[in-house]
Amino acid sequence: MIINFIFSAVRLGMTLLFGSTGETITEKSGHLNLGIPGIMCVGAACGCVSEALYTGAVGQGNANRILAVLIPIVASFLGAAFLGVIYSFLTVTLRANQNVTGLALTTFGVGVANYLIKTVEIIKYSYASSFFTAGFPFAAKLGGFGKLFFSYGIMVYLAIAIALITSFVFNKTRVGLHLRAVGENPATADAAGINVTAYRYLATMIGSGIAGLGGLCYVMDNLNGNWEYVIDAMGWLSIALVIFTVWKPSLGILGSILFGALYIASNYISGTNKALLNMLPYVVTILVLITTSIRNKKEHHPPAGLGLNYYREER
Amino acid sequence: MEKTVALELRHLTKTFGSVTANKNVDLTVYRGEILAILGENGSGKTTLMNMISGLYYPDSGHILIGGEEVVIGSPKDAFRYKIGMVHQHFKLVDVFSAAENITLGMKDGKFNLKEAKKKISETASRYGFLLDPDKRVYQMSVSEKQTVEIVKVLYRGAEILILDEPTAVLTPQETEKLFDVLRRMRDDGKSIIIITHKLHEVLALTDRVAVLRKGEGVGTVNTAETNEAELTELMVGKKVSLNIERSEPKNCVDRLCVSHLTLTDREGRKILSDISFTARSGEILGIAGIAGSGQRELLETVAGLQKPDAGAISYLDPTTGETVNLLGKTPVQIRDLGVRLSFVPEDRLGMGLVGNMNIIDNMMLRSYRKGRSAFLNRKDPKNLAERIIESLEIVTPNAVTPVRRLSGGNVQKVLVGREIASSPTVLMVAYPVRGLDINSSYTIYNLLNRQKESGVSILFVGEDLDVLIGLCDRILVINSGRVTGIVDGRNAEKGEIGLLMTMTESRRNPAEEGREKQ
Repeated sequence: MIINFIFSAVRLGMTLLFGSTGETITEKSGHLNLGIPGIMCVGAACGCVSEALYTGAVGQGNANRILAVLIPIVASFLGAAFLGVIYSFLTVTLRANQNVTGLALTTFGVGVANYLIKTVEIIKYSYASSFFTAGFPFAAKLGGFGKLFFSYGIMVYLAIAIALITSFVFNKTRVGLHLRAVGENPATADAAGINVTAYRYLATMIGSGIAGLGGLCYVMDNLNGNWEYVIDAMGWLSIALVIFTVWKPSLGILGSILFGALYIASNYISGTNKALLNMLPYVVTILVLITTSIRNKKEHHPPAGLGLNYYREER
Repeated sequence: MEKTVALELRHLTKTFGSVTANKNVDLTVYRGEILAILGENGSGKTTLMNMISGLYYPDSGHILIGGEEVVIGSPKDAFRYKIGMVHQHFKLVDVFSAAENITLGMKDGKFNLKEAKKKISETASRYGFLLDPDKRVYQMSVSEKQTVEIVKVLYRGAEILILDEPTAVLTPQETEKLFDVLRRMRDDGKSIIIITHKLHEVLALTDRVAVLRKGEGVGTVNTAETNEAELTELMVGKKVSLNIERSEPKNCVDRLCVSHLTLTDREGRKILSDISFTARSGEILGIAGIAGSGQRELLETVAGLQKPDAGAISYLDPTTGETVNLLGKTPVQIRDLGVRLSFVPEDRLGMGLVGNMNIIDNMMLRSYRKGRSAFLNRKDPKNLAERIIESLEIVTPNAVTPVRRLSGGNVQKVLVGREIASSPTVLMVAYPVRGLDINSSYTIYNLLNRQKESGVSILFVGEDLDVLIGLCDRILVINSGRVTGIVDGRNAEKGEIGLLMTMTESRRNPAEEGREKQ
């Protein structure tokens, strides 16, 4: 049972890891994108709809395993990234308030996703779930060890890879340095010759795209191809996870597994109030906020320019 | 020696909305010289420099570098033409190390911080800077941050360096060190443009002075052939006496007694230790010290905004003759005791006024408690606002313009005007002329003097020692939260105060100590 518990925790955790890595990239550029829940819904819907269209074109029996996985991933990323473009257009180009824009995008995204998913038949995309959840073929031979490390679907490994790459880019590359500078102090970055607008647009687009994959991961991997109207809850958890991991994607890998475990704990502990347990991830986030605030170490603070729009000639 | 032109500006014009910041400005900068750009606040010095460094784009006019016309559309372009600017408000990322800040935005070759650090240390030692490339900016003192800024532009190979009021935050000793470094750069063939208000620095450091007045160039003079009086005249357009009037204090009685005041901040650092002084009615008590020595916290503690750990603050009521204890009281409690205490904080648009509110509403911040009606009385504040606008000659379209839109000097007049209007018996002002031009500064000095003559006890926190010596009757010098001396304003020496500001118990070199301290 304990192995099953950890397995499920990791599976759910990676959904959250997509969301939190995406939001961390966005926030490092100074954009507080509260549209993540809506973006994850849209990501999920675009993935499912593209899968259904592909199936409709070639017929279910003829679906290519690789294409059936690749097409929804690309569509999911692009659909979600498009919402990132809307967000950036509103906040960077039109200088709208970031909180308001984000919340509006969440409402909008949930609605769009629910509409899109009703345009296609569930059978046309849910079959692909088995391609998504298939682990390594040798996993079964390795017993509990194989189950814990090699039996996950492709999305789980993708999430970890993206988090590690992001962490590397943040800390070891010039692009990462520039991105962090844009989020910390856009005026400084601008004076240093960094294109603040481009960095904010791109970071928000890429971050949103990655978060959108989380929605797809949730539907295809966790729900085995079923659509449930709770994907936005994963979005809110992801935003909490960003704070919990103090804006570090590498920490996010561990944090997301913990969040996943806390979220599913109620299924494994009988006789407790489920709603109460589901609250735990948010409680630990508040605890982290309290401890980081008390310790007051600047490296653990949110990017200093988070939530603030930048306009060069403002006086 | 033949002088070669490094940079030439022809007829540069820049407007912001209806305000013309620069109009037809011409300027020539040679290689191997230090040029001062002198002008009152709002005369367009910074705007002009921002156009050279690519932050603003000129509406019309030409910029020539090495004789060829160039277009500088962004800071990146400026770097390409080897122009680097050190801004007045440092453009540094707090959580980054010095090396990360310096390499920020550079795109040459492979990203290699180790290599960069070596090059940074080389650049720093070449001009005599001290810099630890791994130190994070938020742990640095102001002068260290400035060093990072200067090394940053040098690292990019800048040949033309622009420094916007570089000495505003430095101690006299740090200023001297900076000047040595700048002279070394000049001898190295670089062109240095320095924006400043301080005439004695212009005379001590520069080769030529270009003067701007109301956005227009009014002439360039050789430093060796000019003097303070001439420069002031060029700057303001008419002769302004450099001497601040100071009347003899009359009927001095003790008004505010502070004894053994001690304050620690949330991190447990001692901000004030054992501060004692007495402020008397009818005199101006100056408070001098390096920025961040506890001046702000001292005033805030007296005003009831900070809770001290120990000590006593007592106020002697002039009408009843009673002694009132102010320690540990909130500002409202202090007011309810009948103590008329006014505070002009250094952060005008943060603590003093609300930028998005208009002048009338800002007047009401002081009077909203008056009256019994559930509705606000808008008439009295309106009259007060109009009276202040007229008597202090505040330049504003009307009384309902958001304060944020006014210039620095006018914002300060609104704030000081409001505080004086409540006829205080103790008036505390922190850096009241910071960022103000000479004329506005004198308006403020005169206001303070008039208050002094009417028997108000004034606490004046200042940074310019000349002003402190010229204006104050007594000067209290504090150094890292301790009183290091009280000197008489009439016969004080600048050097003496400067030493008191930087002196510590250990007998180390005061210049070095000041650098480490803050």
